[in-house]
Amino acid sequence: MSEITSQSLFELTSNIKEKKLSSEEITKAFINRAEKSKKLNVYVTDNFEKAIDQSKKFDSNPNLDFKLPGIPIAVKDLFCTNGVRTTAGSKILNNFVPTYESTVTQNLWSQGAILLGKLNCDEFAMGSSNETSFFGNVQNPVGENLVPGGSSGGSSAAVAANLTPVTIGTDTGGSIRQPASFTGTVGLKPTYGSCSRYGIVAFASSLDQAGPMTKNVRDCSMLLEVISSFDQKDSTSIDYKRNYYSKELSKDIKGKKIGIPKEYRVDNMPDEIEQLWKNGIAYAKDCGAEIIDISLPHTNYALPTYYIVAPAEASSNLARYDGVKYGFRSPGQNLIEMYEKTRSEGFGDEVKRRIMIGTYVLSSGYYDAYYLKAQKVRQLIKKDFDDAFSKVDAILTPSTPSSAFKIGEKTNDPVSMYLNDIFTVPINLAGLPGISIPAGKDKNNYPLGLQVIGKPFDEQNILNISYALEDKINFKNDISDWWLSEYK
Amino acid sequence: MSIDLKTVKHISKLARISIDDEKANKLKGDLNNIFEFIEKLNELNTDNVQALTSIAETTLRFRKDEIKSENIREKILKNSPEENKDFFVVPKVVE
Repeated sequence: MSEITSQSLFELTSNIKEKKLSSEEITKAFINRAEKSKKLNVYVTDNFEKAIDQSKKFDSNPNLDFKLPGIPIAVKDLFCTNGVRTTAGSKILNNFVPTYESTVTQNLWSQGAILLGKLNCDEFAMGSSNETSFFGNVQNPVGENLVPGGSSGGSSAAVAANLTPVTIGTDTGGSIRQPASFTGTVGLKPTYGSCSRYGIVAFASSLDQAGPMTKNVRDCSMLLEVISSFDQKDSTSIDYKRNYYSKELSKDIKGKKIGIPKEYRVDNMPDEIEQLWKNGIAYAKDCGAEIIDISLPHTNYALPTYYIVAPAEASSNLARYDGVKYGFRSPGQNLIEMYEKTRSEGFGDEVKRRIMIGTYVLSSGYYDAYYLKAQKVRQLIKKDFDDAFSKVDAILTPSTPSSAFKIGEKTNDPVSMYLNDIFTVPINLAGLPGISIPAGKDKNNYPLGLQVIGKPFDEQNILNISYALEDKINFKNDISDWWLSEYK
Repeated sequence: MSIDLKTVKHISKLARISIDDEKANKLKGDLNNIFEFIEKLNELNTDNVQALTSIAETTLRFRKDEIKSENIREKILKNSPEENKDFFVVPKVVE
């Protein structure tokens, strides 16, 4: 048997079901590795002691019908966990202990999973490099001083470094798929309305979705099956019949029509990304898929649209942080001064920047010129996809315009940071499902990902296409464990 | 169009975020860069386009107004920055 922490979710659940491993052994193996991996800074809050207790409890009376039987899982610190501190990577929530559980994490525990801890992320999920976190940046296990992507950077690093078998992240403009691409892991953003937003610290409500982040496509299908559910507590949750994604997973994609959008061939895109895309197209053909050239003419307008819609919604969602009922407070002479100081000291620079953008575009006299305009362009972007999906079953693109960059490289230039999400943002604007799978490496040996985009609620199809491509690509991450400190 | 210092200060007031002059100047630069990038949308004619207000094409559901949660007042108050047994404490608002 291979080392516990390097096993996939599928292997771990099989080993538990066949009684080859106990939940306690698995939980302790991940905790032990985490203790030696502090340099990566993936954890904001650990739940190790309680996790060991829970694993023992599971082993004393194991329910092997569960889909995640006694499996320890760390989650992004954006999911509220009852009784366990939830910070959203922000000083303003530094001491916040939720009195309720998010639906998505509850779905994990209801299937036998055990909380390992809360993973670092960009503050309020605003960032593409995990550098905006109040708790410091995360190291990408792929190489020293590389960003792990963001905002689910602690999550992507934890999966790549074998610190959790799988995890869940959230994706508003690419926050699952971009970090998955940067770390050589798999990340799926489901259709808007598939996974409940209840109990997730809100960023941009019309874009936010939770999704699985895993080592491979099969694990991704297993985890999606658990977290995707209809929920009365989320007014935008959609009641439809979900698939048994893992049971229906198939490499047979013969005859599937896969669209290649010409607008995703952006200026200054490195040759290796172009080559990666060509290879992906060739593999899809090998699998019997039919390749069709398509056009998504409004692609170039997606990022400017996103940078109106998302900050507008964020400025409204973040109005609740006033230092009155929970979180950080800075004292003031009067109520208004207390609000202003609390928010000034409690939020980091990127969050403040986005609140300012959002407040501006929603302010009197500017609403029509910016917010309404952006909502109209969003309609055009959605229509591009509707038209494309009348001709094809799925769309294949690169996940990101580059591989992971160095820590500090883009922090002084917000716009260049935003450009990271050029291939992922349109999918959120249109509410579609998208998955990033590792597909190759650049000249520095850093991973690169390909993205498969599907029709609404067609997660099964993009999982199957990814499963077929994964087999052909045969990606190996070869992470050297450079960050590990000595055994105690 | 460019955003001047006065506008930055006005927005910060609306957003209830106090900023000093140095930060305001830095923000002015950042916001102008970002808005320059956003202005690209003006290339498009959207006169006859319906605004997209919800991506999920569903109507909002009604549910019964029932009390489902347990009494967790103490737990909730525990999160408040300044504790006073049964209330949230704020600076005096009525003279």
